[in-house]
Amino acid sequence: MSQFFTQAILTATVASGIALATPFLLASLGETIGQRSGVINLGLDGIMLLSAFTSYYVALNTGNLGLAVLSGVGVGFLMGIATAFISVTLKAEQGISGIGVYLFGLGLSDLLFVKLVGTPLPIASLPAFRIPVLADIPILGPMLFQQTLLVYFAFLLVPVVTFILDRTTYGMKIKAAGENPAAADSLGVSVARIRWSAVLIGCSMAGLAGTSLLLYDGIFQQNLTQSEGFIAVALVYFGAWTAVGVMGGSLLYGLVAAVVLAWKALGIIPLSASDLAATAPAVLTVLALLWVGRRFRQPAVLGKPYERGE
Amino acid sequence: MATHVETGPAPAGTATAGPPPAVAASGVTKRFTGGVVANDRVTFESRRGEVHALLGENGAGKTTLCNILTGLYRPDEGDISIDGRAVHFRSPHDAHAAGIFMVHQHLSLVDSLTVAENVVLGWSRTGGVRYSPHRVEAEITEIAERYHVRVDPRARVWQLSLGERQRVDILKALYRDARILILDEPTTVLTPAEIEQLFSSVREMVAGDRTVVFISHKLPEVLEIADRVTILRKGRSVTTVERAGTDASQLARLMVGHDLAEGRVRRATAGSGSQAPLVGPRTGSFFPTGGVPTAGTSVAGIGDASGAVDSPAPAPMLRLDAVCADGDFGRQVLFDVTLGIRPGEILGIAGVAGNGQRELAEVIAGLRPHTKGSVRVGDEPLTSGDARGAIERGIAFVPEDRMGTGVSPSLSVTENLILKAYRSGAAHAGPVLLMSRADAEAVSLMERFDIRASGPHALVRQLSGGNVQKVVLARELSSEPRVVIAASPTRGLDVGATEYVRSVLVGAAERGAAIMLISEDLDEIVELSDRIAVLYEGRVAGIVDAGRCTYEELGLMMAGAA
Repeated sequence: MSQFFTQAILTATVASGIALATPFLLASLGETIGQRSGVINLGLDGIMLLSAFTSYYVALNTGNLGLAVLSGVGVGFLMGIATAFISVTLKAEQGISGIGVYLFGLGLSDLLFVKLVGTPLPIASLPAFRIPVLADIPILGPMLFQQTLLVYFAFLLVPVVTFILDRTTYGMKIKAAGENPAAADSLGVSVARIRWSAVLIGCSMAGLAGTSLLLYDGIFQQNLTQSEGFIAVALVYFGAWTAVGVMGGSLLYGLVAAVVLAWKALGIIPLSASDLAATAPAVLTVLALLWVGRRFRQPAVLGKPYERGE
Repeated sequence: MATHVETGPAPAGTATAGPPPAVAASGVTKRFTGGVVANDRVTFESRRGEVHALLGENGAGKTTLCNILTGLYRPDEGDISIDGRAVHFRSPHDAHAAGIFMVHQHLSLVDSLTVAENVVLGWSRTGGVRYSPHRVEAEITEIAERYHVRVDPRARVWQLSLGERQRVDILKALYRDARILILDEPTTVLTPAEIEQLFSSVREMVAGDRTVVFISHKLPEVLEIADRVTILRKGRSVTTVERAGTDASQLARLMVGHDLAEGRVRRATAGSGSQAPLVGPRTGSFFPTGGVPTAGTSVAGIGDASGAVDSPAPAPMLRLDAVCADGDFGRQVLFDVTLGIRPGEILGIAGVAGNGQRELAEVIAGLRPHTKGSVRVGDEPLTSGDARGAIERGIAFVPEDRMGTGVSPSLSVTENLILKAYRSGAAHAGPVLLMSRADAEAVSLMERFDIRASGPHALVRQLSGGNVQKVVLARELSSEPRVVIAASPTRGLDVGATEYVRSVLVGAAERGAAIMLISEDLDEIVELSDRIAVLYEGRVAGIVDAGRCTYEELGLMMAGAA
């Protein structure tokens, strides 16, 4: 145990925890926006898988990581169109349609992977970007400021999403659509348009989350996400539908995962127990959710399609 | 159901030359799916700077008309104009842009947002995406001061009382500089003091040349605030009258289409039916003929308030002995309640809401277990918490929450009517329901109980409040019960439906049922009951003879001071 508490390993563990938290953060920030508007998207994981595969395929064939990122976001956006059409326009039961989208993403990404790639080859991973000056601060520098650009971007989105939700008229409309769509409607706010836009933003961010996960691992495999998209949905509840809360949940999850990885590597956790230990972050998150989750109220009409009229 | 209204759409009051009406509807018809014609060639116009009341019973089409005026519905026929120009609203937003805003009965507010955020939602005076709380809060405070609609702009809506929430909706209208405000039964949720405040705001608005359309079915309010009154009945506009040239009895006649006195029920002689003043001094009599003594009139001396079962000749049909029960949160709410109701007797249960009335009704109906004591119908004791046993012993229950407990809103009239009778009725063969027989039975009940719906297959949630209550009464009373528990049976109903419900209860008593009438409307209790029991903090504070008690006496018992 004592070898874990050395500066180098602690620093490395926190740094990788932050990196591990990034896909969750991106996905759950996007889902926060969607849920605030009243749409729950259980297809998140499927969208992440499709985007991860697309990014992988593009990176494999062009070697261009920028293009890979863009294509991942693009696929997320396209899946957003499908999700919004099903959930908002067709007013489908969101719990069921989300599972459909998930299974679609899981199956299609696997199929395409087998058909188009076959033998998995690693791709170049995203280089770390040292932020000048800050990266040289002892301890904090290597923990926080030697990450990839995607990591910085994800954490920068936290204040951005907070600002959008709390200090813009658009954010107000999103919250109104999720709390009392009839009131929003009566004031001339198009609930459908607001929800469409929120879902598109959320799904694009889920796409980016899938891509960031892929670029962290550097290789695609079947069910790459291992249901992380569902954890991201849970983290939205954990974070009480706020960007900062969601960030806290993502970091908790990422750090616990990083600690488990480090302990496995150091032999603190015996090999025989490693599968069990891998569930620790999920178990911890669910336990924390029980404690935090019920103290906050979810958007009043979460998951309910809006129908005008009596 | 045939409508028998002879009056067609009448021309609105004065049609002389002058400025065009601020808002006008002509020949507006609106049909809903299921064949309900909510508005039938309605004509309505309102001038600048006036308070124009829209008066009518529940289901007369007042709210539908205003939803059309504000773009929520589109009319099937007819035209709307603002300041003489024809308009075609496709959404409430269009209506807001044209200066017309409706404050709905079910307020349209987002609980988790602040007052200021609710007010600016969907409408920015300056345009732009950035929301700056300080500027908006200052603007709102200024409007609020001017029109006496004070609310803290920084409060979150969930923290506010119903009256305050209504003020937020009014602020929304004023923030958008609406020239025409429609208030849909605004006083329902207000305390008397808040009503006065609302009326002073309304006067301020019309003084500023705005138009206020005031929807109501309460005559005293209409007489106090309106300059002109348009009466709607069964979806049609009956006429428009000047406030100065009318009175309560004329308005009541126009509203229900017949003299209320005709439908007057028996106990008119028994008690003092005082009208508690609702608003201001102009409270008139609802009833053109029947003598309505003024508040405080004592008919006789203080009755016997022994709290025990009176014991003259016939044995009680329903008898409670020292009944105790717990409330929803496990706290005891009924303490040794002892009551008896004889066949043919109406026992009124008076009391301020929340003193155990609801629980008492539920105990008798078998919906709530009693922890001590006994409930007997005739000689048979009721098993605690056995609703089916209560039904089988002839207890009918007209619950307070009629939409939630009384009916299944998304089932048809027929289905709701057979909900209880399916076990015994002829409408089934073994486990199979014979729907055509059930429908036939439903149609005859609809006739007998005057249920106005498009047919037996109409969904109950499409009916107006009065008709829903008639469905409940038809189901509960058609089986000739021995005991009827009626909890707030006329709450929220218009005058006509109220009279009808009362007459049905009186009729059941005359056929020998024991009736327990629970109501917060003391006039109703005094008017209908033979004896009155007052509940205070879960105990019987006293039982008095309705013919020999005073309001003062009842009020003291209700307040725990007797």
